[in-house]
Amino acid sequence: MEKTLKKYFPVFVLPTLAAFIIGFIIPFGEGLYLSFCRFTTVNNAKWTGISNYVRAITDATFSHSFWFTVAFAAVSTVLINVLAFYIALTLTRNIKGTNVFRTIFFMPNLIGGIVLGYIWQILFNCLLSNIAQPLLALNTMAGYWGLIVLMCWQQIGYMMIIYIAGLQNVPPELLEAAEIDGASRWQTLWKVKIPMVMPSITICLFLTITNSFKLFDQNLSLTGGDPNHATEMLALNIYNTFYARSGAQWKGIGQAKAVVFFLLVVVMALIQLKATRSKEVQQ
Amino acid sequence: MEKRWIALALTACLSASLLAGCGSTGDKSAAASASGTQAAGKVYYLNFKPEQDQQWQDLAAAYTEETGVPVTVVTAAEGTYETTLTAEMGKSDAPTLFQVNGPVGLHNWQDYCYDLSSSDVYGQLTSDDFALKGDDDAVYGIAYVIETYGIIYNKALLEKAGYTQDDITSFDSLKKVADDIQARKDELGVKGAFTSAGMDSSSDWRFKTHLANLPLYYEYEKDGMTEGSVTGSFLDNYRAIWDLYVNDSTCAGSELSAKTGDDASNEFANGEAVFYQNGTWAYDSIKGLGDENLGMLPIYIGADGEANQGLCTGSENFWCVNKDAPEEDIQATLDFMNWVVTSDAGTSALANDMGFVSPFKAAKESANPLVKIANEYISAGKTSVDWCFATMPSEEWKNTLGSALTAYAADQSDANWDAVKSAFVDNWAAEYKLANG
Repeated sequence: MEKTLKKYFPVFVLPTLAAFIIGFIIPFGEGLYLSFCRFTTVNNAKWTGISNYVRAITDATFSHSFWFTVAFAAVSTVLINVLAFYIALTLTRNIKGTNVFRTIFFMPNLIGGIVLGYIWQILFNCLLSNIAQPLLALNTMAGYWGLIVLMCWQQIGYMMIIYIAGLQNVPPELLEAAEIDGASRWQTLWKVKIPMVMPSITICLFLTITNSFKLFDQNLSLTGGDPNHATEMLALNIYNTFYARSGAQWKGIGQAKAVVFFLLVVVMALIQLKATRSKEVQQ
Repeated sequence: MEKRWIALALTACLSASLLAGCGSTGDKSAAASASGTQAAGKVYYLNFKPEQDQQWQDLAAAYTEETGVPVTVVTAAEGTYETTLTAEMGKSDAPTLFQVNGPVGLHNWQDYCYDLSSSDVYGQLTSDDFALKGDDDAVYGIAYVIETYGIIYNKALLEKAGYTQDDITSFDSLKKVADDIQARKDELGVKGAFTSAGMDSSSDWRFKTHLANLPLYYEYEKDGMTEGSVTGSFLDNYRAIWDLYVNDSTCAGSELSAKTGDDASNEFANGEAVFYQNGTWAYDSIKGLGDENLGMLPIYIGADGEANQGLCTGSENFWCVNKDAPEEDIQATLDFMNWVVTSDAGTSALANDMGFVSPFKAAKESANPLVKIANEYISAGKTSVDWCFATMPSEEWKNTLGSALTAYAADQSDANWDAVKSAFVDNWAAEYKLANG
């Protein structure tokens, strides 16, 4: 078996590998190269060394975006996962209409980010206008919480499905044994269920953290970075550096920011994976 | 053993069909480009003006029918021209004809611009003022439309309020009339004197760019132009006119941040407001009021010498030809441009369908009534206000000013106006340095 697999490796893997190389590795390499260049379009790049990185890192809007993104990621990750897990617990308890509820909670995830952003923008602006508060374009606080509400609404359903799958895989004999030993529901949750669904938690945390860091569509359509870049997250900041600035030097700076951004997301994800993996238990 | 052979054969078939698939599409595109070269080049025009998209498509089709040269017209969505252009220029089939908005735009794209000094279309210009030249004096851009903006007003409503255009000759009289209309809005059946000064991105350019042109123009007139900085000596006037727009409006200042360009044009077209700051290009969306009901006023800001102030006339639409395009495509593009500005079909489309005033020798008179009004101002001896906003250092400068104006509209405090001042003056120097550093 092993031998055959080895033999046919090129046949089965090559097409995917080729697609991966063409669609990911090559553009990535080119992007890395361009981050050291001054260019208007990819065809006229001139090597300039690390000056792009210096200007990217010293750019005040970039560091502001970084802290805004961190604040957003921290709160939204906790909220999404706690709420999704709670709903998953409720919906694995054999109550009537479970499937209907699961479908309803999952549905927001089927709508695209741009559309969601504009819908919520209208909703929030109506609400803010009714309570006589400055509208989203002038209101950093509303923009921040608006993004969090929007992301919770969109992501909770998806994470809930993953948690439900995890909870359904908890062996009933363990639960039964816990019950016989006289464990309370709280104890069962903390000592049995959560350790057993640790793999799901790893996946969900990974997804929510990386999604929060890479958030773009919703940010663009809900607040557009207003007021004056205050609610601009990293991805939008990179986009604006690249496109909204005049002068050829800004393309390279945007590209350098994108590389820094990539490294940040990778480091963040690796730390998180290491931290949660170590808590996983073998069944 | 046998199974293995079958499997191998199958995979071979599969990959063969894959390759064949690639091959056949490759042939097709090769064939397409071959037929393209047979027709001696092709034209790809990246159009800046969404409101004239259909007219350009029709004109392109007419040209293809007449000469067999394929012309593709793609229009960028409002406010995304630079983004689209950057993306398109990186492709192998890049636009052969694109636009820049003036010297600052040219600064970004000069490396891609073909020198038009010896082109036929340059020879068709009525004045050298309409050519955009680089530092090396080569002609990189050709203005193809001259536009005019001011305060468009609804004649019937103004008369109903008991005024005529003759009553408005300065900022003070404009304010008096507007305040009076605003005070009697229920009696007159309007929602406000001015349409909502929406600060959504579909509308904010009317204020962060076009209205900001006036203090800039008067500053340049009085103090001259300094490279890389402005003094903001007319910002108090800017504040006065902005206050007027915000206070004598159809909605509260705090709601302006979410108001769109369509909101304003609908309010005006439905007779809910008397004044509407916009330009000749807006005619299509407000023509329902009837040509006899449309008038235009200069944007008075209370500067000295405004008694003789006319409308704001200029151009931020310059055609540029992509220097990196294949030789035959460049030639095809130059031929197309020349055809547009000289042929009967082309000049009629520019003047009648698009309503443009074009600075070319063979240009026809525009059918746009707003243009006629603009011409009346010129023949009455009024001084047109130049479009100085082509000197604004960057898009980012305009956006920052827009944010500050929006914040000020919601809360008209001195502190917020100081933020506008800083966005105007300090940020000008900062952005100039960033763009040229």
